[in-house]
Amino acid sequence: MLVREQLTMSDYRDKDPLIHGIQSKIRVVPNFPKPGIMFQDITTLLLDPKAFKDTIDLFVERYKGKNISVVAGIEARGFIFGPPIALEIGAKFVPLRKPKKLPGKVISEEYVLEYGKDCLEMHVGAVEPGERALVVDDLIATGGTLCAAMQLLERVGAEVVECACVIELPDLKGRERLNGKPLYVLVESH
Amino acid sequence: MFAGDQNGLQGDPRLKAISEAIRVVPHFPKPGIMFQDITTLLLDHKAFKDTVDIFVDRYRDMGISVVAGVEARGFMFGPSIALAIGAKFVPLRKPRKLPGEVISEAYVLEYGMDCLEMHVGAVQPGERTLVIDDLVATGGTLSAAIRLLERAGAQVVECACVVGLREVKGQHGLNGKPLYILVEPRQQINCSAPPVNGVETCRHDDLILGGNFGSPVNTTSKSD
Repeated sequence: MLVREQLTMSDYRDKDPLIHGIQSKIRVVPNFPKPGIMFQDITTLLLDPKAFKDTIDLFVERYKGKNISVVAGIEARGFIFGPPIALEIGAKFVPLRKPKKLPGKVISEEYVLEYGKDCLEMHVGAVEPGERALVVDDLIATGGTLCAAMQLLERVGAEVVECACVIELPDLKGRERLNGKPLYVLVESH
Repeated sequence: MFAGDQNGLQGDPRLKAISEAIRVVPHFPKPGIMFQDITTLLLDHKAFKDTVDIFVDRYRDMGISVVAGVEARGFMFGPSIALAIGAKFVPLRKPRKLPGEVISEAYVLEYGMDCLEMHVGAVQPGERTLVIDDLVATGGTLSAAIRLLERAGAQVVECACVVGLREVKGQHGLNGKPLYILVEPRQQINCSAPPVNGVETCRHDDLILGGNFGSPVNTTSKSD
């Protein structure tokens, strides 16, 4: 069982300058990919080795020693954060991809976009029943993609322990779409 | 050059394990292509860690400040290497994925063209750079990556791939830049190794190069 630790005030004090440093490295690009969207660009975070390392270390600190054997990352920015976490905590990394990218047998999960639908795929056999899994992406907005990711893992009998993102857009209420699964984020953007 | 040709890595059992952890999927994405699937390597924590460690051991003292990874499988290897050697990670992406100002480099595919983009300002003139991808086939994508970095004034020290042919065929040739590869692609599918996920794989010992599936250029395929 994942022990839900209460962060103590000293934890907040220790982590706060790291979080502040990470947040300061995220670039906001207005009107991308379309007018009205303030895009949270994590590539500038990746250009700062210390801030990028702090990001990974915060996740590793939370998940190491919790018997998590799977880190599933959502294409494509989940592929940047997921593997370093997986390597540090001793888990395998499972890419969740757009259709027709993964060779061989896959299972697919459709999900709804603002206009239209999209689909996420996972390899058959990548994850065994009963495995404890983490889902990683750079950002949670409406939660649609994360929800599809969780569905894929649960369909093969894995237990999704938590979803982990660098950034949350709380106004879009994505947290409520996670079927009660916990969400851990480093930075909130309103 | 191949990792296994180097002093210290000859006969390194890690390389054999890495090769065997890579799954060969026949006729993907189209008939005749023996797809080298590195996702099975990512499922093997030790082999994945060894892959990253071998690259890190090579590059940590080369004064490299940039690791550029080609979308999307370059993203699975590049960041871990960057973090370990204290370099920044720069994603090289398909068109219209990167927000803000980008530079673009077009390159030729077997049928048609594609394009790779990099953020303006991600890389400074004079920075020593590594380019990383999972696999090199014709070298077209890597050549485009090199051109992007050089246009920004960076110095490409080497290109690194997990899988690649001993000779990069085709007209690209990586602009004279060195190429470092861990393992060769495997082709043979009829062998005694147990199937993985219902797909037969093969053992490193059974490798036959340039064999039954047409010219070597066609036996591996670079997709994203």
